[in-house]
Amino acid sequence: MSAGISDVDRRTRGFRASLMRFGAAFIKELIQLRRDRITFAMMIMIPLLQLTLFGYAINTSPRHLPTAVLVQDDSAFARSFVAAMRATDYFDISTAAASEEELDRLILSGKVLFGVQIPAHFGRDLMRGERPALLVVADAADPTATGSAIAALQGLSSQVFSRELTGPAASLAPRPLPYELRVHQRYNPAGETRLNIVPGLMGLILTLTMLIFTALSVTREIERGTMESLLAMPIRPVEIMLGKIAPYLLVGGVQMTIILVAARLLFDIPVIGSLWLLVGLTLLFILANLSIGYTFSTIAQNQLQAMQMSFFFFLPNILLSGFMFPFKGMPGWAQAVGEILPLTHYLRIVRGIMLKGATFTDLQTDVLALAVFTLFAMGVAVARFRQTLD
Amino acid sequence: MTMDVAAPRRPAAADPEIVIDVEGLTKSFGGRPVVKNLSMQVRRGLIYGFLGPNGSGKTTTIRMLCGLLTPDSGHGTCLGYDILTQSAEIKRHVGYMTQKFSLYTDLSIRENLEFVARVYNLADPRQAARDAIRRLGLENRAEQLAGELSGGWKQRLALGACILPEPQLLLLDEPTAGVDPKARRDFWDEIHALAHEGMTVLVSTHYMDEAERCHEIAYIAYGELLTQGTVAEVVANAHLATYTVTGPGLADLAERLRSLDGVDMVAPFGMALHVSGRDGARLDAATRELREHGPQHWEPGEATLEDVFIDLMSRSKDNFG
Repeated sequence: MSAGISDVDRRTRGFRASLMRFGAAFIKELIQLRRDRITFAMMIMIPLLQLTLFGYAINTSPRHLPTAVLVQDDSAFARSFVAAMRATDYFDISTAAASEEELDRLILSGKVLFGVQIPAHFGRDLMRGERPALLVVADAADPTATGSAIAALQGLSSQVFSRELTGPAASLAPRPLPYELRVHQRYNPAGETRLNIVPGLMGLILTLTMLIFTALSVTREIERGTMESLLAMPIRPVEIMLGKIAPYLLVGGVQMTIILVAARLLFDIPVIGSLWLLVGLTLLFILANLSIGYTFSTIAQNQLQAMQMSFFFFLPNILLSGFMFPFKGMPGWAQAVGEILPLTHYLRIVRGIMLKGATFTDLQTDVLALAVFTLFAMGVAVARFRQTLD
Repeated sequence: MTMDVAAPRRPAAADPEIVIDVEGLTKSFGGRPVVKNLSMQVRRGLIYGFLGPNGSGKTTTIRMLCGLLTPDSGHGTCLGYDILTQSAEIKRHVGYMTQKFSLYTDLSIRENLEFVARVYNLADPRQAARDAIRRLGLENRAEQLAGELSGGWKQRLALGACILPEPQLLLLDEPTAGVDPKARRDFWDEIHALAHEGMTVLVSTHYMDEAERCHEIAYIAYGELLTQGTVAEVVANAHLATYTVTGPGLADLAERLRSLDGVDMVAPFGMALHVSGRDGARLDAATRELREHGPQHWEPGEATLEDVFIDLMSRSKDNFG
């Protein structure tokens, strides 16, 4: 129409104008974030607290498990067996039971996880070559708790009586296998849980915090009544989305730094592969979670719904990603579900780089999966973003 | 605009003097029609008052004009842009002030204004915000959070944010609801100053005294635009014959009058009673007895805008209620 309009049109078209509008949303979000002190404190405290709490607390190969013994045979064999169990560090022989009933009761009540019964005449029968039974009762209601200890027990039984079975009794000693079995426990030779858990926790903490931050961002505008104004302004959905996501990419970067430093200083977790590759791919993972959170935000009608969606998404992330339970141990359909979750791919990336020294080439399928996931979520968010109040 | 209703309408794009030109706008929510077949034209530089009771469809109409709602049917242009397909263009040139305060309460005044300036791609957002703060007289409060302002200041700030990008059209949705009389007067002075500079203003209100401050008005009730024109035209077109009655026993009199055929509206106005009828002769006939023999003093009067609106509303209620 008039010259004024074409001026405005020129000013508001093109990439630079778009970048400026993105900047408007970015600065606005950053200020709002800074002003919300509790949220700001949580961003720093959540990763630190959760990492130290869970990093020290979770142990999938627990030692010093309470054990009761019922010794009905006072032979050198019995004493030697109990001493060997103690020496594995898995068993803390805390209670001596007087009868089988007491042993059962101790296990049933949960006071001990293991009960060892050395029957009467065990030593005599052994010397006679009668292969007497030695009973170990384990509370296998929690297989993770007792699994490693039982494995240790089986390793122990082949050598435990080597000192006693010499001279005339040497024929009773177990014969060595006709071949040698060599097992290399790569990447974590001591089988320490923290090496597995701490990198996993980094993925888990980032998933939770990133998801919730952006899941609330659009619904908050609707609930505060600022959405109507925002929609009446010449800003595009994609500019709003990137402006809302970008500040949290910074927050995620800060959280990642805190976790990596704490992993090194508190838990002594090495980064065997490239640190910069890890940083780059962690940022991609953060972006993936921010996009899915933002997508929830455009679907939910209020903040409560957005929170519920986040938790609905968060639970399979804990249980099916391989964070808690071995991924390869799940049935095929569960693995298929797991493959959709960004955390599954990130766990492979973070454990791969930190523990195994994996390179980009080793990880490219997982990187691709994360990238596709991010773009898909962003596409859905932009398509779902309602530009009108209809 | 109301004078040449009968003349063939020129397409608005060809006439830069017509800022809003819509025809047959209809919008329903959940099967309930909120705006029905609404047509209107607004000329450049006018203050156009949009009057009507709560829930009459004012907000919905305004939202359709700036592209926030898509009409179910109807078409038209706003600033020469098609309201159905060019809402992105419309948004660049329209300032929309929502009924509810919708700036960011956790951002300061300066930060809010800078945000708006950046979104509209102003050349120097910081300078634009500084200028706006000075114009609003908020220099001392620039760093105060917008949420901490009083109602009157919030409304001034919201208007300031709307006019910051120098839009050609301002859409104000009940901007003075809940604002004290002094602030309301200042607000209207500001709006007149803006119109004088060439801005077109469409303002919705349900205050009758504000209608008198508009160049032209439209009255909307139950989703239908019932009348439009200048205040004088609206009053004249209503053809209401009115008496102003003073004296004792007005409450009882009002009760009696309401039941009379030919009396369409009885409304107390302070110490007086306004008695109106659409047909002057029937009103005269119905009230002759009371006028000649009652203890009250009857005087032929002018219908006020409020009389007209109340009458229009009761008429449309008869049709749709």
